[in-house]
Formats: sequence, structure tokens, C-alpha cells
Amino acid sequence: MTDDTHPLARPSSEKELFVAFTLLALQGFGGVLAVAQRVLCEQKRWLTKEQFVEILAFGQVLPGPNVCNVALMVGDRFFGWRGAFAALAGMMTVPLVIVLAITAAYSQYASNPVVAGALKGMGAVAAGLIVGTALKLISALRANPMGTPACTVLLVSAFVAVAFLRWPLVWVLLGLGTVACLLAWRRLRADTAAAAEGG
Amino acid sequence: MTGAMPLSVDLLALFAHFLLLSLLAIGGAITVAPDMHRVLVGEMGLLSDVQFNASIAIAQASPGPNVLFVAVMGYQAAGLPGAAAMLAGIMLPSTTLALAAARWSHARRDWRAVRAFKAGMAPIVIALMFATGWILSAETPGWRHMLLTVVAAVLVWRTRLHLLVMITVGAIVGGLGWV
Repeated sequence: MTDDTHPLARPSSEKELFVAFTLLALQGFGGVLAVAQRVLCEQKRWLTKEQFVEILAFGQVLPGPNVCNVALMVGDRFFGWRGAFAALAGMMTVPLVIVLAITAAYSQYASNPVVAGALKGMGAVAAGLIVGTALKLISALRANPMGTPACTVLLVSAFVAVAFLRWPLVWVLLGLGTVACLLAWRRLRADTAAAAEGG
Repeated sequence: MTGAMPLSVDLLALFAHFLLLSLLAIGGAITVAPDMHRVLVGEMGLLSDVQFNASIAIAQASPGPNVLFVAVMGYQAAGLPGAAAMLAGIMLPSTTLALAAARWSHARRDWRAVRAFKAGMAPIVIALMFATGWILSAETPGWRHMLLTVVAAVLVWRTRLHLLVMITVGAIVGGLGWV
């Protein structure tokens, strides 16, 4: 599955999970997804790109904050519910304290043009981080059983539906998601028949 | 920033409403922001429009998951108890469901349906990330803003430059009024 040659690592304890997710969250300005991908797949090497996309698929389809769902599932994968709790607590605790402190101080600085400009610049970079991460994850589609042409059509359609047509996410997931899953189901038929006989 | 906190805020009603919103928040808590606006600004009158928008902006500019905007709204509406009630409400149902779903699917990871779901959703998940970047970028017009976004995207894609370095450069460039 993985396109890298190094073997995957795993966290040594719940504490390591908590610390890793705290540090990861603290780097995530304007969204944590880009940092999560870099830390979990490249620095810690706890997940392959493919596993990251799979976990993110559940995080997207289920209700709730995507990155929090990702933290839960990654934690659960290594240490069960204790790991899930450690990862989620790491993701939330320190950032919560910081954001409330900023809220308390915000009214004094909100109208300052330097602060407003800095926020604008950070917003532009945050948008770039998520696009760059998406570009990187495209390589995770190479092993996809649907094949490159079908993946390309689905990716472009979903992008146009959400970015230009502004369809509600629920309809994109239900509509295009169902088409994609049925197609994948058909392409997996041969493999699964073989696996069923083997198992 | 609220000065005197409203004393008569029904924390239980807030908590209950956010429990419900949690299960509707496919795509993240921000997708149910319109309904939060209806309740907090409209029905209950706990926040002004400016406070509502500022809550989202503050959370996006702060480190950590964007869902923390719910805690900022709760804090502005009813202090720390408000933040606790609303954040707990928005998190509890979705986290429980996510954990249950992760275990269910992991136990059945060899099932064709589970494998088809993961394979089928992969291109759509990546498309949603592109769309998020596009929407964030399109909110603020101007070619210099767009250029900054494109440069950051290429650097993330092609280099291992630290993400915080890029965010810091963005803050400096923006603070100098160049974006």
C-alpha cells in the first residue's frame, strides 16, 4: 500500500500521542489538516498517505470536526479508547486555553490595521497549505482500484460541485460518494472473490 | 469582552441544542454555523452579528482545530460555563459516533463494502481539500493574496519548509500591508 520504502513507526505511549497531537495542533493556524498530514505521515511516520486518506474519508463522512475525528481514530488505532482520548485531549486542551485568552484580548486589537493585515496574510497562507497538502495526497490515488481516469473525473467533479456550484456537502457526499463507492465495489469484485475463497 | 455576563442564559438548552447540531455537522462544525447564528444571534439574542463573525475569525487565526470557534461563541455568550456547555455539546455525539464507526470498520476492514467505501471516497476527500483552499482563497479578492496562496501551496507540495515559517511570513507580509 505504502509508496515509501521505510517501515512505519508507532507511538510508544498515550503520553507520546498526547504530546504529539498538542504540538501538531499548536502549529495549525487556519486549520490543522495540513500539519496533521505532515506530522503523522512524514515526521512521525505513524501512517502512510493511503491510511491518512482512508481515515480522513471517515472523518469527512461522519458528522463532527474532521481533524478531531482523525485524532480519535489515530489514537484508537494504537491504544484503544485511552489512545483516542489522549489524542483528542492533546488536540483540544492547550489550543482551547489559547483561543479563550485571545478572545479576551481581541477587542483591544481588532481594529488595528497591522493585526488585520497579518490575519489576512495568515489566511492566504492557510489556504495554500491545504491546497499543497491535497496536491501531495494525489499520489495516494495511484493504487486506487478505480483507476486513474475514474479517480480524476470524480476528483474534478467533486471540486467543481463544492467550489464553483457551492452544492451542500451532504449532497456531494451522497451523490458523487455513492457513485464512487459503487464503482469501487464493482472493480473490487475479482479481488474479493479470491480473498473469500482464501479466507 | 462581554462585560457583564447574561445571568439568565439557559445552559442546559444550549447544551441540548449543540448535541443535536453535532450530529448534523457533516463536514465540520462550520457547516452548521448558519443554524448557530439563528439560535445565538436570533432566538436567544446572546451574541451580536459582529461577535458571531469575530468568533469564527478568532478561531481561524488561533492554533488548533477550527471547532474551537464554538467555545469562543460560548465564552462571549455566557463566559466559561457557556464555552464548556457548547463545546461539550458539539463534541460528545460526533466523537462517540466516530469512535464506534472506526472500530466497526476496522473489524470489517477486509469486507468488500468497507474497502469500496475507502477507495471510492479517496478522490472525493482530496477534492474537498482543494475546494476548501479555493473557497478560503476566493473570500478575499486580489492577485497578491492569490499569489501568496499559490506560493504556499507549491512550497508545501514540493519542499519540507516548516509550516510555521510559512504562516509567519504570511503574517509579516500581511502586517506590512502587502496583501
